[in-house]
Order: sequence, then structure tokens, then C-alpha cells
Amino acid sequence: MQTSLSTAQDSSQMLAVAKRQRFQDVLFHRSTQIFSLIVLGALAGIIVSLFVNAWPTFAKFGVPFLWYSEWDVNNEQFGAAFAIVGTLSSAGIALLIAVPLAFGIAVFLTETCPVWLRRPLGTAIELLAAVPSIIYGMFGLFVFAPLFADYIQVPVRDLMSGMPLIGFLFGGAPNGMGILSAGIVLAFMVLPFVAAVMRDVFEITPPILRESAYGLGCTTWEVVRGIVLPYTQKGVIGGIMLGLGRALGETMAVTFVIGNANRMPTSLFSPGTSIASTLANEFGEAADFHMSSLFALGFLLFVITFLVLALAKIMINRAEKAKGF
Amino acid sequence: MLKFKSLVAAVAMTVVAATAMAADITGAGATFPFPVYAKWAEAYKAATNVGLNYQSIGSSGGIRQIRAKTVTFGATDAPISGADLDKDAMVQFPMIIGGTVPIVNLDGFKPGELRVTGPVLAEMFSGKISKWNDPKFAALNPGKNLPNDIITVVHRADGSGTTFNFTDYLSAVSKEWADGPGKNATIKWPAATSVGGKGNEGVAANVNRVKGSIGYVEYAYVKKNNMNFMQMQNADGRYVAPDDLTFAAAAASADWFSVPGMGVSMVNAKGATSWPISTASFIVMYKNPADKAASNEALKFFDWSFKNGKKMAADLDYVALPDSLTDQIRSRVWSQIQK
Repeated sequence: MQTSLSTAQDSSQMLAVAKRQRFQDVLFHRSTQIFSLIVLGALAGIIVSLFVNAWPTFAKFGVPFLWYSEWDVNNEQFGAAFAIVGTLSSAGIALLIAVPLAFGIAVFLTETCPVWLRRPLGTAIELLAAVPSIIYGMFGLFVFAPLFADYIQVPVRDLMSGMPLIGFLFGGAPNGMGILSAGIVLAFMVLPFVAAVMRDVFEITPPILRESAYGLGCTTWEVVRGIVLPYTQKGVIGGIMLGLGRALGETMAVTFVIGNANRMPTSLFSPGTSIASTLANEFGEAADFHMSSLFALGFLLFVITFLVLALAKIMINRAEKAKGF
Repeated sequence: MLKFKSLVAAVAMTVVAATAMAADITGAGATFPFPVYAKWAEAYKAATNVGLNYQSIGSSGGIRQIRAKTVTFGATDAPISGADLDKDAMVQFPMIIGGTVPIVNLDGFKPGELRVTGPVLAEMFSGKISKWNDPKFAALNPGKNLPNDIITVVHRADGSGTTFNFTDYLSAVSKEWADGPGKNATIKWPAATSVGGKGNEGVAANVNRVKGSIGYVEYAYVKKNNMNFMQMQNADGRYVAPDDLTFAAAAASADWFSVPGMGVSMVNAKGATSWPISTASFIVMYKNPADKAASNEALKFFDWSFKNGKKMAADLDYVALPDSLTDQIRSRVWSQIQK
């Protein structure tokens, strides 16, 4: 009697506990759901407001806005080609330089670095990622650009500009500002991000795999190529995309060194502009049609970033399918 | 009880006083006059306890804000046309005068040693004259050893009243410039070598760095950084150097009430000592403001600045308006604003 009563009591108590827990679960589920929906709502809001503000430009120029290269505020002629080219080429140069460097840094840190150096070096890279972009811009304009003009642009131009096919890439006035300068400064900026991500993902390779490979007599390079890279492919691509995202959207540092010329760059040394730096420069005094064209540029940057991320996702999925995961 | 009541009253009074104090004058617009407005506001706050909240967001931003009625006054470097002012029932008056100066980076020349005329300057900025030893430029500087270097044009990358002033001048002296690039806060720069710098400091930094470059900045930057400026030929054919006297001479020669809204362009002003690229920065207000108290406070600030701000303006290398003009602004413009 006594025991059955207590079990009944227990079960009703348990029921109450279970009820409370279920309520908590639902509450937790719903509230986190709302949080994530806020992000989605903000994203949709940004796209819609960009598009609405950009509409007058899209309506007037239509799709040719993409490949029309003209930015004439007085005559209200606008095309985005020069800014798209400037953005993509400077970000592309940045990745070309930063990714191999970052890969080397990450391999060194995880495979061959003496243990006592690992921490200080890793921290230094993380600190480099924390430097505000305006500092890179000032460094680029006042330190890097003059050196670049005197010691790289002039000799490279003299050496290369006479060459057939690629000579045109190295023409232009050697003033230290241009697409290549912007790409190099951007490379410095994205390097720590990519390196830090690569190091982190390299570290998660199971020691047993790595040690087995070493046990079979593999060299460090063979281990990195055959074991670490395939295992961490996803993370590596993710790190590169993070770097690319930053390079595409970087504003202040690029504005300082890219030359801010609203025209199609004709060589690696010629000044150009990127979407982000055009926006930063011109919003202050823009009105009417000029304003909506700037919004259109912003919308395009959004689309480009989105495409890049989607492409990365597809690449990762393909690679995994090929491996049979 | 009585004590308590008086305490409440005291608290209430301080609260009222605090809110009255917090009611700053609000304005937005041009970046060009911002340093002098900020200086005046600081002194005015010390004298009267009324502050100024001025957002230097750019001239067109200022015009947008005053049209949206979020501020008591707007400030613009490019004057609004009389018709547009009438449409919105607004008045406009000049507040401060400054100048834009062409600067160069050429070794072996002292500041002010080189001379240029408006049409030649326009050709240099349009890229038609692309070398420093071009015969047209050399003819203006006889006996000077000009190098065979490429001219790199440095312009403002951001939209700016300084660019408006400078291109307004080039349009006034060169028909080709007026028909081509034209005048605006941002324009399409035609020279193949042109690069942009952000802000006056960006242009100054680029010109200092790039050998053989030419740019334009506000006078204050030339003075502060001891930059190599060029003497300009004015409308009377005389060569003048930029300073407060030549800016003031340009202001004195302008016939302010000849244009509705006082939107007189001071570029290429007549007068033997006038600096040809001088400009005024304007204030825009409603004739029948929604908040009359705020509007009156703003006028009090402008009045105080006209009376007491000359020295402060001169310290920052601006030129205050002459008394004869400020008297006319009070009697002919401010009188239209409902008190």
C-alpha cells in the first residue's frame, strides 16, 4: 500500500517534471528558431532594400549595366564593369599570393615547427588578423606604395612591357597605386585568416592516420598531400572562401592603394576601383540616379559574394561525392 | 512639507533647464566649412551654453536632410538654384569663404614659383597637356627648366565641395571642359593618368608622393603642409597667390544679390587681386520653419558667428564675410524667415 502510493506519487511527479521539460524544450526550440529566422529576415531585408533602391538604375540600363564601363555622374551614364573587374581582379591577385603562403605557414606550424615556437608563431598570426583594415591601408599608401613604385614597378615595367602578349599587363605610370598594389595589400590582410583556418583544420587530422603514414615511410610532403589535405579539404576550401569574402568586401585598405579611378584598368599597374571603395567614396555626395547606381553596385557585390559562396559549396559537395562519402 | 515642495520644484527646474540646454541647434551638410563651424560652435557653447550638432555628411546629404526636415539648417558648397529654393520655400545665404588651390610635385621649384592660366590648367587636368615641358605650359613659365615628365592628375575620390568649386572654375574658363566633364561634386575625370585620393589629406598625400603630379586641395592644406602651389592668372589677367586677402578680394567683387538665393559663383571673379578659385559655403533654411524656436536659435548662432567669428575663421585659413554683406544678409534674407 505504502509503496504503491509512493509510486503513484512518483509517477505523477515524474509526469510533472516531464511536462515541464517538454515545455522547456518547446520554448527553447521556438526561441532559437526565432533567432535564426531574424538572421534570415535581415538577409531578405537587405536584398530587398538594395534592390528597391537600385531599381531606377536597373530599369534604365537593364542587364548591360553589368558590362557597360562608364561612370559619368553629370551625364547620368552608369555601368558597373570597371568596378566588377577591379573587385574581382584585386581579390583574385590577393588569393593567388595569400593561399600558397598560408598553406606553407599552416604546414610548417602543424608538421615541422619545433614545439616551443608553435604557440608564439600561431599567436602572432592571430594577432595579424586582428589589425584594423585602416592600418593596412595607411601602411599600403605611405610605406608600401612608394617602395613598390620604385623597386618593383619601374624594373618590372622596363623588363616586361616590351614582351609580346603579356607586355600590356605591365604598362602604365609607376605611381605605386593600382590593381596589383591593392591585390598585394589585400593578400597581407587575408593571409592570417586563411593561415589560421588551415592550421586549425590541419590539426584535427587524426594522429593515428598521420603516424601510420609516417610509419610506412612517407615523407612530410607525402603525408600532407596524401593524408592531411584530403582529410581537411572542406576546411581548407572554407578558409580560402573566408579570405575571398574579406578580399571582395574590403573597403578602406583598398581605397587607399587602388587609385580610385572610375575606369576600366588596362594593366596590372593601372589605377582602378573596387565596388566597395566606390561605395565608400561616393555615397556622401550622391543624389538621385547616382545614388541608385551606387545601390545597384552594392546589390552586385552582394550577388557576387553569394555566387562565390555557392560555388565553394558545390565544389565541396562534388569533391566529397568523388571520394564516396 | 514646504521643504519637500521646494525640493521638488528645484528638481523640476533643473530638469527643465537641462532639457533646454540639451536642445542643441541641429544642422547637416558640407564638409568644406566643417572645421570653422565646429570652432564657432565650441566658442558659442562656452558663451551661451547652446551647442551645435553639425553633421558634416556632405552637401547633397545636407540638402536631403533639410528637405526631410530632420535638421534646422542645411549647409551646401554648391548653391541651390533660386527656383528650387522657391519650390521648397527656403532661403539661402553664404556663411564663410575659402579657396581651392592647384598643387604640384616637381623638384627644384619653390611654392608659388610656377604660374598657370585657367585654360592651360583645364588642359592639364583633361590630359591634353600630358608632359610638364609642354610648350603651352612652358610659355607661361619662361626661363624655367621644366622636366620631360608625365603629368599625373590627382583628384578627389570622394564627392566633395572642393571638387565642385574646382570644376566650376575649369568650366568657367574652358568651354571644352564645360561641354565635357562639366562641374559636380564627383565628375568623370578624363585624363588617362588620373588617380583619386580620399579627402583633402588623401589628395595631398598622393601629390606629395608621386613625382610629377598635380592636384587641388583646400587652401588650409597647402598652408599646413607647405605644399608647392601654382600662381593663377585671374580674370583681370594678373597672377595672384592664394591667401586670405585674395579670397576676400574675390568675395568683395561678387554681386551677391544678382542671383536669386545669393547663389553667386565666385570663380573667375573680377578684380586685380582676386583669387580665381574662391568659393562661398552656403546655409539653407526654411522661410516658415516648423520649429520656430529652433530656427531662431540657429539664426542667433549665425549672428553671433558673423560678429565674433572672424578671428577664429582666419586662424583656420577661411575668410569671414565682410560686415557690409552680413548686414545685408540680416536685413534682406533673415527678414524672410518667420520668427
